[in-house]
Amino acid sequence: MKHIIDGLEQRRDSARLGGGVKRIDAQHARGKLTARERIDLLLDHGSFEEFDMFVEHRCADFGMDKGEKISGDGVVTGWGTVNGRAVFVFAKDFTVFGGSLSETHAQKITKLQDMALKNRAPIIGLFDAGGARIQEGVAALGGYGEVFQRNVMASGVIPQISVIMGPCAGGDVYSPAMTDFIFMVRDTSYMFVTGPDVVKTVTNETVTAEELGGASVHTTKSSIADKAYDNDVEALLQMRRLIDFLPSSNKEEPPEWPSFDEAERLDASLDTLVPDNPNKPYDIKELITKIADEGDFFEIQETHAKNIVVGFGRIEGRTVGFVANQPMVLAGVLDIDASKKAARFVRFCDCFNIPIVTFVDVPGFLPGTAQEYGGLIKHGAKLLFAYAEATVPKVTLITRKAFGGAYDVMASKHLRGDVNYAWPSAQIAVMGAKGAVEIIFRADIGDAEKIAQRTKEYEDRFLSPFVAAERGYIDEVIMPSATRKRIARALALLRHKELENPWKKHDNIPL
Amino acid sequence: MFRKILIANRGEIACRIIKTARRMGIKTVAVYSDADADALHVEMADEAIHLGPPPAAQSYLLIDKIVAACKETGAEAVHPGYGFLSERAAFATALAEAGIVFIGPNPRAIEAMGDKIESKKFASAAKVNVVPGYLGVIQDGEEAVRIANEIGYPVMLKASAGGGGKGMRVAFKAEEVVEGFNRARSEAASSFGDDRVFIEKFIVNPRHIEIQVLGDKHGNVIHLNERECSIQRRNQKVIEEAPSPLLDEETRATMGAQAVALAKAVDYDSAGTVEFVAGQDKSFYFLEMNTRLQVEHPVTELITGVDLVEQMIRVAAGEPLSLRQEKVTINGWAVESRIYAEDPTRNFLPSIGRLVKYRPPEEKREGAITVRNDTGVAEGREISIHYDPMIAKLVTHGPDRLAAIDAQGNALDRFVIDGIRHNIPFLASLMQHERWRSGQLSTGFIAEEYAGGFAAPQPDGEVAHVLATVAALVDHIGNERKRLISGQLAHGRPLEFERKRVCALGEQLFHVTLDTQGEALIVHFEEEDGRTRRISSSWRPGDPVFEGAIDGASIYVQVRPILNGFQLSHQGVAVDARVFTQREAELNALMPKKKSAGVSKHLLCPMPGLVKTVDVVEGQEVKAGEPLCMVEAMKMENVLRAERDVTIKKIIAKPGDSLAVDAVIMEFAE
Repeated sequence: MKHIIDGLEQRRDSARLGGGVKRIDAQHARGKLTARERIDLLLDHGSFEEFDMFVEHRCADFGMDKGEKISGDGVVTGWGTVNGRAVFVFAKDFTVFGGSLSETHAQKITKLQDMALKNRAPIIGLFDAGGARIQEGVAALGGYGEVFQRNVMASGVIPQISVIMGPCAGGDVYSPAMTDFIFMVRDTSYMFVTGPDVVKTVTNETVTAEELGGASVHTTKSSIADKAYDNDVEALLQMRRLIDFLPSSNKEEPPEWPSFDEAERLDASLDTLVPDNPNKPYDIKELITKIADEGDFFEIQETHAKNIVVGFGRIEGRTVGFVANQPMVLAGVLDIDASKKAARFVRFCDCFNIPIVTFVDVPGFLPGTAQEYGGLIKHGAKLLFAYAEATVPKVTLITRKAFGGAYDVMASKHLRGDVNYAWPSAQIAVMGAKGAVEIIFRADIGDAEKIAQRTKEYEDRFLSPFVAAERGYIDEVIMPSATRKRIARALALLRHKELENPWKKHDNIPL
Repeated sequence: MFRKILIANRGEIACRIIKTARRMGIKTVAVYSDADADALHVEMADEAIHLGPPPAAQSYLLIDKIVAACKETGAEAVHPGYGFLSERAAFATALAEAGIVFIGPNPRAIEAMGDKIESKKFASAAKVNVVPGYLGVIQDGEEAVRIANEIGYPVMLKASAGGGGKGMRVAFKAEEVVEGFNRARSEAASSFGDDRVFIEKFIVNPRHIEIQVLGDKHGNVIHLNERECSIQRRNQKVIEEAPSPLLDEETRATMGAQAVALAKAVDYDSAGTVEFVAGQDKSFYFLEMNTRLQVEHPVTELITGVDLVEQMIRVAAGEPLSLRQEKVTINGWAVESRIYAEDPTRNFLPSIGRLVKYRPPEEKREGAITVRNDTGVAEGREISIHYDPMIAKLVTHGPDRLAAIDAQGNALDRFVIDGIRHNIPFLASLMQHERWRSGQLSTGFIAEEYAGGFAAPQPDGEVAHVLATVAALVDHIGNERKRLISGQLAHGRPLEFERKRVCALGEQLFHVTLDTQGEALIVHFEEEDGRTRRISSSWRPGDPVFEGAIDGASIYVQVRPILNGFQLSHQGVAVDARVFTQREAELNALMPKKKSAGVSKHLLCPMPGLVKTVDVVEGQEVKAGEPLCMVEAMKMENVLRAERDVTIKKIIAKPGDSLAVDAVIMEFAE
């Protein structure tokens, strides 16, 4: 029996070496870790249980049957825990056939996807691969399709996270694209549908892989990626931090841990956050970090559409999603990018029972041909739609401006906001004073004195939270210093909120 | 006694005066400019009167408005604080004419001491030591030598019209005088068109020592010992202490007697300060007299137990001094640090903005140690461009000098300010400086010891081990909580507590093994052959200050979260700390070293807008987070800040330019 057991260990050791020492060294020389090293960092020490370690490809074309067969076939799959909570993980192994996808490679992934969905636990994919294994032809394409279908079935049921840690091109990009979050590693990862060579042939554009699909492009311009990190270690440790915020499935509550931050904590500095001068910006992230437990905030899409801030924090030890207009950037205006970014985040929170806390300081939608031609109407409607359909607890605070349609959009009472607060500095109106007076009192435009008087009248009447409060659109006007206490109380009240949308196959959000 | 007084000042000194007045049962009136509408002194006072726009000339310096404010509120007296109108005889006179008491000396004393030449005359007449010298016009080198011999060496030859070091020569012996005189004269002629030169004793390594005096309207004057303020930067006092480590009892008594004599000579009837320059040999010479409450008065208050503001109010109300000279003693030692909004790593450039965090150490008396913090701000308030950038005066008192210094160091380590740059790292580092601790001071201290400017020191030796120990516990406390997260597998492996860890302080690695012992953590350092340190703390995630004990010794470290770790600041040292498991450390070692990646060489306009201001010039070095320019869009002022440390290569846009999105505003150097 002993030699049989030893035989297993030998086979395992050989499989664990993947493409061999030389290829592992080459991977390290590129500043990248191997698939198994990455899994070591992602999961609790010793918790990884690997599946399908001995799977090999079955391709016989183009001499593949004569070349070497390597156990595992370019992807390592299995499950383990992150701080004791189960997660499934697959990691492309660049040292084995460049991590390329074969029929069997795809089967390993789909098997894992099926298990993750059946067992309602998050699945994390670590990408570092050369696309389809061309020798396998349509079998590889079929494999992709099987993976894609399962991504879609799992969407909104379990969290799916993709980390791009090397090349990710062609067919490989669509699976991450359908997951909830994509993270990238700077300098060593890139993502595109067609690479620089094809681009050159087809459009005659000369572009590097980094310029075409590097981390900076995807975290700022395209918004494909949610965040970029400096290296593999930094990225994977942050994935552990992110998973601590997320529920395991749409049937589970968000995880909870003991908070060291008093729910009743008052913060006098918030009474001076909004400047006296209405045209002076302030940093809404100061409000978020002073409200969230211990100032801990995991921001999503930090470098894209900075005029809106979204991310995860905790109140009394439980996850909440923060959405906040950022007066520091473009006055916090809603434009196409900001609407799309926030809408996707709101929908994620709604999928996974994460209460949404919204801070509003919005002067309206961004005017201009670029925006209108770009489809601002439908993109803006995405955020409106997302808030309106969301059934999770929604607590909203208007700190300053809430003008025009943007007032309605930002989790207003009319979109089933559960508790809607305003600071005394709130201004809830169709528009600012100048524009409003010029329309309402068009006849007086020539008379500076009258206009000044009308402006003052308008400001006194409308640029306050009280007109809205009189109608019950604002539940209460609160002291800024008491914000954390009030939000914590509201969220505690809403823990047992029951609200269901009518049955439908699915909605038809303006895509 | 007065029922109500007005404080014609702002900031910490206004707050400090209000505190004493309140304790004496006197109502207070604050005055404020537009920039100070939300300031702490306005909030603290019983009433507040608005003066005008932010510039002092249009607000705090307006005598008429302040007199009117007194009349409006019924204030019977005015405390001027320091600066602003405190040494303007015209202000004291205007108040007197309006029948309002000036809480300060009589106008004649202000006038007499306000004039440099006049004050020296008074000093000479009162037999106060003045710097020996010859103020007349010197004809030639021979005469210069004769005078220099009389004064004693070294001497300084100085252009009468001089300034900025031009036309100044120091001579250590007779032979150097002739040449020095001729050089000084020719330089004076070419630089100032005036070749007059005078001679004065040159004091080598001078120290700044001053005597606090207190007089009443009945002819009594006493002194309250000295303060030493030799730690200065460009003639701006940074650290003050009382008493002075230089003086002995005899010198102190002589200095005090001379200061009292001078005060009596001008009928001084309030709190004032006689400043001396002192040589290392304890010789001392009169410099000037300040006829007001001094910024650094708290150190005197802590060693004498006298509330100087109270005394000023009492004597102004006509009460005779209740304190007698022989009752004035020195109890322990006090040290004061001036906390300024300025960046010590960038040549102390001023910094303005919102105090996102402002958490001073608690003011209290604990055992033999007293911590006092005089401040005019609170968290969430602004440091504005209009006034002095001093945020607070942190004062500590202990039984002896080193106790006061160590208490100051600890208090600085607990003083948290975020949102603006400040000099706490510099001050905290200075408290560890051997020369400062040994009391070998001179007014050249900072220029000599920090000739190349200040750079935050990197941790080494014991400090590094202490910080690694703190990092281990901070990380451990976080991990303990992670083990409590809900939703863990029912029959999963219990989360393993990995005892072997690697603490990374920047690039420095410490291999440690951890053991828990009740609430304490025992940290074994492999590199030191398993030497252990025992650390305990009540720190919890979110606390900005880690207060704990290592092997029984108190330790205070500021903790700011960063990606996968935390920045630790202690004694001026600031370092990024990360605690890895062994496996993490092993893999982290494989990661390539990177400079900040994905940087742009250009500042692009993020939105269509109008350039309002450009805040930098070509060639300027800018730190991450500092404003580069302001673009107005959507009627909002958007400040564009440096995303990393950069040098400005070229500025392309100018104020008034209307820019499209992604238009280049400026270029950065590589």
